[in-house]
Amino acid sequence: MADLYEKYIWEVPVRVTHWVIALSIVTLSLTGLFIGAPKSVALVTDEFTMGWVRFTHFVAGYAFAVSVVSRIYWSFVGNEQASWREFFPWRNKKGRQDMYNVFNYYTFVSKRAPYTIGHNALAGLAYSVVFLLYIVMIITGFALYSEHAPHGFLHHIFGPVLHIFTNQGVRMTHHLIMWFLIAFAIHHVYSAWLMDIKERGGVMSSIFGGYKPVHKKD
Amino acid sequence: MGKLRKELGGCDEEGPSLSRLLEERGVSRRDFLKFCTTMSAALALPVTFAPKIAQALDEVKRPTLVWLEYQDCAADTEALLRAEHPTVAELILDILSVDYHETVMAAAGFQAEEALAKVVKEQKGKYLAVVEGSIPLKDDGIYCCVAGRTAVDTAREVCGNALATIAVGTCASFGGLPAASPNPTGAVGVREAVPGATVLNLPGCPLNADNLTAAVVYFLTFGKLPATDDQGRPLFAYGKRIHDNCERRPHFDAGQYVERWGDDGHKVGYCLYKMGCKGPETFHNCPTQRFNQKTSWPVAAGHGCAGCSQPGFWDTMTPLYQRLPNVPGFGIEHTADSIGIGVAAGTAAAFAVHGVVSAFRGKSDADTSKEEK
Ligand code: HEM
Ligand code: HEM
Ligand code: SF4
Ligand code: SF4
Repeated sequence: MADLYEKYIWEVPVRVTHWVIALSIVTLSLTGLFIGAPKSVALVTDEFTMGWVRFTHFVAGYAFAVSVVSRIYWSFVGNEQASWREFFPWRNKKGRQDMYNVFNYYTFVSKRAPYTIGHNALAGLAYSVVFLLYIVMIITGFALYSEHAPHGFLHHIFGPVLHIFTNQGVRMTHHLIMWFLIAFAIHHVYSAWLMDIKERGGVMSSIFGGYKPVHKKD
Repeated sequence: MGKLRKELGGCDEEGPSLSRLLEERGVSRRDFLKFCTTMSAALALPVTFAPKIAQALDEVKRPTLVWLEYQDCAADTEALLRAEHPTVAELILDILSVDYHETVMAAAGFQAEEALAKVVKEQKGKYLAVVEGSIPLKDDGIYCCVAGRTAVDTAREVCGNALATIAVGTCASFGGLPAASPNPTGAVGVREAVPGATVLNLPGCPLNADNLTAAVVYFLTFGKLPATDDQGRPLFAYGKRIHDNCERRPHFDAGQYVERWGDDGHKVGYCLYKMGCKGPETFHNCPTQRFNQKTSWPVAAGHGCAGCSQPGFWDTMTPLYQRLPNVPGFGIEHTADSIGIGVAAGTAAAFAVHGVVSAFRGKSDADTSKEEK
């Protein structure tokens, strides 16, 4: 292991947005579940349970939206691992080869844990889908949010979404995609753990500190 | 729009003024002013506008109005007949000169059709048209014919030549129930059937007659149609969400919901959100304007809002007693949640299995992969 050294991979904006996004998704899912199927919790009418739950949802929603937009911006100005190119591995030959290797490893066809500096290729692919879902969540979320002020700025921007897909369609999409994101989170945390143990790549701690052990020549 | 005012003033020159008519019919000045105050409230105008409305109504000549009925259930006519202020007699005989209304006019057959033709010909660009019901376009519109002519044919002629058209009810505004999937007749609202016509949409199932009266009064007072939203609905009546004016809203915010019909929460008036109330996505003034002489409105009576004044409500707001629609492509009992839980649980299960297998397959040869690199 002498040829390994700690390389700075995840820049601060990547790590900060990762954790803001992760925490806000947890918050948004918990509050969203309550908004979708509330329990009668209040004993007296001057409580404000649903009010605070919705307020939390909207604040977390703003944090989420700002983080996602920042991360997308950083994919144009950040380092190689942060680049948007990482999210579209099928664009070049090496990417396609990497995807194939990772797929074989995950499906037990191959025993070799794939080695990559940044995301592994399949993860990159999954993230591009996840970011698409993020954007759908933001658009549908703000479209629903804008209805409290039907002549305001937000409604101006997002109102057409409600016309085209109907309010109930938007609501259901918003609700359904939450479950897809939860499914992704389960897979994601498992993969990070798997890679950490099997690849011994230190990927888990890298998302906290930014450094990851890589080979000298990289 | 100032032009409209002039046109209005010019129509029906010989007719007596409104105040004289009211006098003749024994309606007191006091009642008239009370009506004007009610109208300024309905229009969300300051009370100080009441005298202005009174003056305008005093001066304006009776505009001619024709009422067309197409694919409908006549509920909007029903609503109009039950209007309190003004009573239908006052509205029809005093404020408006209704020259054609299939359901309530005395004339019939050729005589009736003649009256309509006369209005269109002699008062071109000066009369008001009201349309109730949707207009079928499929197969050249043959699914709705009156006096041998298709609805779309008469609508294009009558609405196209009118000063303005008021679409009453959801069917005339957006197609409504006849346009519900699979829309066998190709039904659409007036705006779509008569492109280019000046149309004010007053959706609702049925519309609230107070809103029709208020819209007409606005028109007579200011000589133009009221400001509308992007669906062509006047803001004074459709500018706010039901949910934001609902008297059960404190229960929503607190977290007190009706869980089952007839449970304790239902008896004390908790929020109907979980029973499928569509108030959070419906724009209408039902909570403030109410129905039947302001007696009540659906949510006050203990039933959730059905979203009746939104475009495509029958297709998009159903199931009425469920918050979210069913997921298309899945069996009808599949809600977003059962599918979502399935996806999440499936993922968890798949990775649990994967984890077990991984544990057994032993260490990966990480070094080999390094060589590859
Ligand atoms: C990954 C992120 C998010 C998740 C998992 C999520 C989840 C949910 C869920 C499950 C609901 C309940 C839907 C229903 O059954 O009607 C909901 C409602 C809602 N969400 Fe989100 N949401 C997210 C992001 C956002 C964002 C970015 C916004 C923007 C401010 C937002 C605004 C709303 C609004 C306005 C509602 C409706 C609340 C109401 O009608 O009272 N959400 N969300
Ligand atoms: C215990 C919690 C989590 C851990 C340990 C973790 C770990 C990681 C690691 C190590 C990476 C980068 C490595 C790679 O590319 O494979 C990563 C990236 C990512 N994670 Fe997580 N994660 C966690 C929670 C979440 C959650 C809850 C979400 C959202 C549902 C999420 C979304 C993402 C996304 C979208 C990326 C790639 C985006 C980017 O490069 O900025 N993570 N995570
Ligand atoms: S009853 Fe309906 S409109 Fe009223 S607060 Fe509850 S959800 Fe909103
Ligand atoms: S409460 Fe809802 S369904 Fe009932 S009349 Fe008003 S908008 Fe229509």
